[in-house]
Amino acid sequence: MRRTLAILLRNPLSLLGLVLVGIVVLSALLADFITPFPAHAGAVVDFANFNKAPEWPYIMGTDLVGRDLFTRIVYAYRISLILGVVVLALAVPVGVAIGLLAGYLGGWTEYLLMRLTDVFLSIPPLVLAMSMMGVLEPTLTNGMIAVTAMWWPWYTRLVYNLARSEKEEGYVLAAEIIGASRLHVMFREILPNCVPSIVTKMTLDLGFVILIASSLSFLGLGVQPPTPDLGSMVADGAKYLPDSWWLTVFPGLAILVAVFGFNLVGDALREVLGAEQ
Amino acid sequence: MPPVVRLLAKRLGTSLVVLIGVSMLIFAIARVIPGDPARIALGPNASADQVAALRERLNLDQPIVVQYGHFVADLMRGDLGVSLYTNRPVTTDIVQFLPATLELVLVAGVMMVVFGLPLGVVSARYRNSWIDNLVRLVTLLGVSAPAFVWAVILMLAFAYFLPLFPIAGRISDTMTIPTVTGFLMVDTLIAGDLRAFGNAAWHIVLPAFALALSGIGQAARLTRSNMVETYDKPYIEMAQSYGFPERRIAGRYAFRPSMIPSLTIIGLDFAAMLGNAFLVEAVFAWPGLSRYGVAVILRKDLNAIVGTVLIISAMFLIVNVIVDLLIAFINPRIRYSQRAS
Repeated sequence: MRRTLAILLRNPLSLLGLVLVGIVVLSALLADFITPFPAHAGAVVDFANFNKAPEWPYIMGTDLVGRDLFTRIVYAYRISLILGVVVLALAVPVGVAIGLLAGYLGGWTEYLLMRLTDVFLSIPPLVLAMSMMGVLEPTLTNGMIAVTAMWWPWYTRLVYNLARSEKEEGYVLAAEIIGASRLHVMFREILPNCVPSIVTKMTLDLGFVILIASSLSFLGLGVQPPTPDLGSMVADGAKYLPDSWWLTVFPGLAILVAVFGFNLVGDALREVLGAEQ
Repeated sequence: MPPVVRLLAKRLGTSLVVLIGVSMLIFAIARVIPGDPARIALGPNASADQVAALRERLNLDQPIVVQYGHFVADLMRGDLGVSLYTNRPVTTDIVQFLPATLELVLVAGVMMVVFGLPLGVVSARYRNSWIDNLVRLVTLLGVSAPAFVWAVILMLAFAYFLPLFPIAGRISDTMTIPTVTGFLMVDTLIAGDLRAFGNAAWHIVLPAFALALSGIGQAARLTRSNMVETYDKPYIEMAQSYGFPERRIAGRYAFRPSMIPSLTIIGLDFAAMLGNAFLVEAVFAWPGLSRYGVAVILRKDLNAIVGTVLIISAMFLIVNVIVDLLIAFINPRIRYSQRAS
């Protein structure tokens, strides 16, 4: 762990990634203290200051009802991160378990589970999430459900391939010969060897969950106002291009910064952990 | 039976199984909608009798398995039902809106291959140099923002501040082209109107590029990492010791085996682009499936939702069968193992 961190800190790109991720996570955690107008995260109206270009104290300008954009972006980070963590916490265990079962047991279990996975993978992710959001009411919880439904198959596929190659290894045969149960072999023998790949994918995915969730809300199928959300901020602002450019540019860049940060860290992790294996 | 035909048959068979699964899944999702689709379609002023009549006409009063049976029977006749939103057959709607989306996605797909693969090759050829680092940084940025953010940024930069490209639409309003295929870049050529073709091509550049950016990034990154791996193989060392030019080694010996995973990811990215087209279309007012898709979802228009998702998934599966065949052509091992089996 300490060695991994040391390697990450040596490479300028992964260092940049760690800094960006640090900024995003810390600002989301400390939103109440670092934003100038915490109340603007909710349904506040200040028509005296509406649609202002960036100027002090509104460093990113104000929106069409006079709320501070910087404040809303920081609070939107908080929502995005909660969403990302919850989605992965739900999707990863399901995907991993199905992948282990299919990869280790083989036979009919494998055929059924992997065809089921193919079904989910052959609907474009955004379209699947959109149709689910159309069925459910657009709320934060339902957004999490919709994104989770499209996310688990990727972990199934990853773990399935790992499990298929791991099960030929000597240590698995050894465990089987001394009479270990199938559950023990899957979860105590094979799973620990899949963890580095899973963790790397999770780091990368935290960024991509934020990206997909913002796409849903960009289309009006995600988190609803007045909850601040980066995707819906871009959608609302796009109608006022190019004059009120700050309405779209800052939330758009905010998405880019967060996802870019997670990607840099995930990339570096992949290289470090991959080299160790 | 020739091996390629056998491979094709096998892949089509699997795709059909998956497509049936997709139809069941999407049908199930659409049928658990809270709220009565018949009531939503008729509005709050309709009488209970009218709602009941529509429910009966749409078979909504029957068990879901029976409903699915009706759906499959209709589907076999090419009938996806009537959209409650447009009051037209869903197939008519899709035929009208799909070509614009497909044209956008296909052009973006070409961009993905044309820019993504060479970037990856260059990056691997000059690995760990500043060129490599620059390409890696740019391609990582490409995958780090959703298509709508790139669409907005490209539009601001190249349509407003530097007015090089049009802001919205598929073709200038002054031009009328008779619809044959629905693909404007094809229809303009059929009409023999080169000026209109240029105009349509000029309109598609920004939206297609916004859509392609993440795919370009993915294709380049994957090609790079595969090629770097291939470079460590003994046969590359042999080619180098024979004094073959680096260009030839990079372009032929190292590139070809690295193409296979790249092609697979291009197939998968194509699926993502079919969905992401919704985002780009919204920004550039592109008259494709997007507005229709979002509208029918918000109105809980069952037939239209099921039809749209089914068509999009079918196209994804077709692209992947094509990709599988291409891989078989490229990779002698797959080609011959098919023959042996």
